[in-house]
Amino acid sequence: MQASEQPIRVLVAKPGLDGHDRGAKVVAAALRDAGMEVIYGGLHQTADRIVEMAIQEDVDAVGLSILSGAHMTLFPKVRALLSEAGGGHILLTGGGIIPQEDMDALAEQGVGRLFGPGTTLQQLVDYIRDEVSNRRAAARS
Amino acid sequence: MTAATEADAMVRPERDLVARVRAGESIACARMMTWAERGDARFAAVYGEFESELGRARRIGITGPPGAGKSTLVERLATHWRAQERTIGIVAVDPSSPFSGGALLGDRVRMSSLALDKGVFIRSMATRGVFGGLARATDDLADVLDLYDRDDILLETVGVGQSEVDVARSTDLTLVVLHPGGGDTIQAMKAGLMEVADVYVVNKADMPGLEQLVHQLTDTLDVRDVPLDERPPILTTVASSGEGVAELAERIDALDAERRASGKRDARRAANLRLRVRRIVEGRLQHDIWQESGLARTLDERVADGRTLSAYGLADEILNAYRERRNLEGPA
Ligand SMILES: Nc1nc2c(ncn2[C@@H]2O[C@H](COP(=O)(O)OP(=O)(O)OP(=O)(O)O)[C@@H](O)[C@H]2O)c(=O)[nH]1
Ligand SMILES: [Mg+2]
Repeated sequence: MQASEQPIRVLVAKPGLDGHDRGAKVVAAALRDAGMEVIYGGLHQTADRIVEMAIQEDVDAVGLSILSGAHMTLFPKVRALLSEAGGGHILLTGGGIIPQEDMDALAEQGVGRLFGPGTTLQQLVDYIRDEVSNRRAAARS
Repeated sequence: MTAATEADAMVRPERDLVARVRAGESIACARMMTWAERGDARFAAVYGEFESELGRARRIGITGPPGAGKSTLVERLATHWRAQERTIGIVAVDPSSPFSGGALLGDRVRMSSLALDKGVFIRSMATRGVFGGLARATDDLADVLDLYDRDDILLETVGVGQSEVDVARSTDLTLVVLHPGGGDTIQAMKAGLMEVADVYVVNKADMPGLEQLVHQLTDTLDVRDVPLDERPPILTTVASSGEGVAELAERIDALDAERRASGKRDARRAANLRLRVRRIVEGRLQHDIWQESGLARTLDERVADGRTLSAYGLADEILNAYRERRNLEGPA
């Protein structure tokens, strides 16, 4: 079997203490409908829980929905812990209300593209698909 | 991609996998599970290195209709056994979407209290991504958890179809979880789920309809004429509050001990092994026919060329072509 045929596994979770997880669930459903295996991690997740789940589930990507404004601490923290745990190959992406300059700063720290309110789910799907297939190819070579 | 992540991507965690799983490295365990799940040839290739170490763990199936409280119960049972210093491995299986082939695996949400406990390893699996049948995959994943030195392996499946029933059958012991008011109970019975139960758990005992369900269950056993001393016990729980869970866990402990002592567990394992080998052989044969021999394409082409074809005639044609190819190339 070719690695490229294998379904993409994505962990979707919502860190932080704020309210509901409707946004994360919509994203999870969209990724499933795009043929991905989505591990839904639920609400109120801390960085170390997210990383533990990502490692155990051997995911290709982690998608976080962050609305609380904590993106500048959470994304770098998850990124660092993932790499520390041997998950340097795992794509970290997500969405929320994040200013462009913050997105740029996070990209500098190894965080993948982040999706603001103006973007479509299809853009996220395409991004994860492309990025994961690049990373898989890089790991094979 | 930055230079740092690019470099990391090169060292995907696959070296010395067996030794690292044995040593308790979770990322190695996770990767070996991925191999097993996908039918990666590398899994079969390393299997011989640890095969003789397997069989230590207790394998427990938890099945039942959707929403019966299986995941909540798994969390409670795991917590109970963790308090006795037993290590736990969990495989939670959810159905794939028949439309996209994707899946939404949500069982972990109910197990969040276990998330940071190093003595618990949780893995979610979709039914469709697997190669060679669901039970083939769960057997292999359970083996990896066994190598990872788990004392108890809990396999959660939704008891809806034959493949899920097969999973429930490939354990040392299986709980069938039902809930009052779940119209799916009848469906579960039809699916052959009732026959695989070693213990019935009537969960959501706090909900109306409890008595009715217990009666219904007893009636089913009466109809099937199961002798009284062979009847699976019926236990009631409220998984959401933990009520009845300690009694359930103790009952499982007792049943397991009894079966070990009487030789029943080993007899069941032997029967399971027989089924497992058949599944592996059939899976490989299928792969050999359709993929290795390229006959999947032949079939597509024959159907696509538009002439009227007989189903059986075409099947004969495929099988003959397969035999021919294999004779030419020697045994597979
Ligand atoms: N009232 C009541 N609710 C319960 C009980 N056990 C679980 N629940 C609730 O029932 C719902 C389903 O529980 P799960 O543990 O996800 O059930 P499941 O069988 O794993 O569900 P699937 O994996 O989707 O088939 C959740 O909202 C639980 O909180 C119980 O004993 N009583
Ligand atoms: Mg569940």
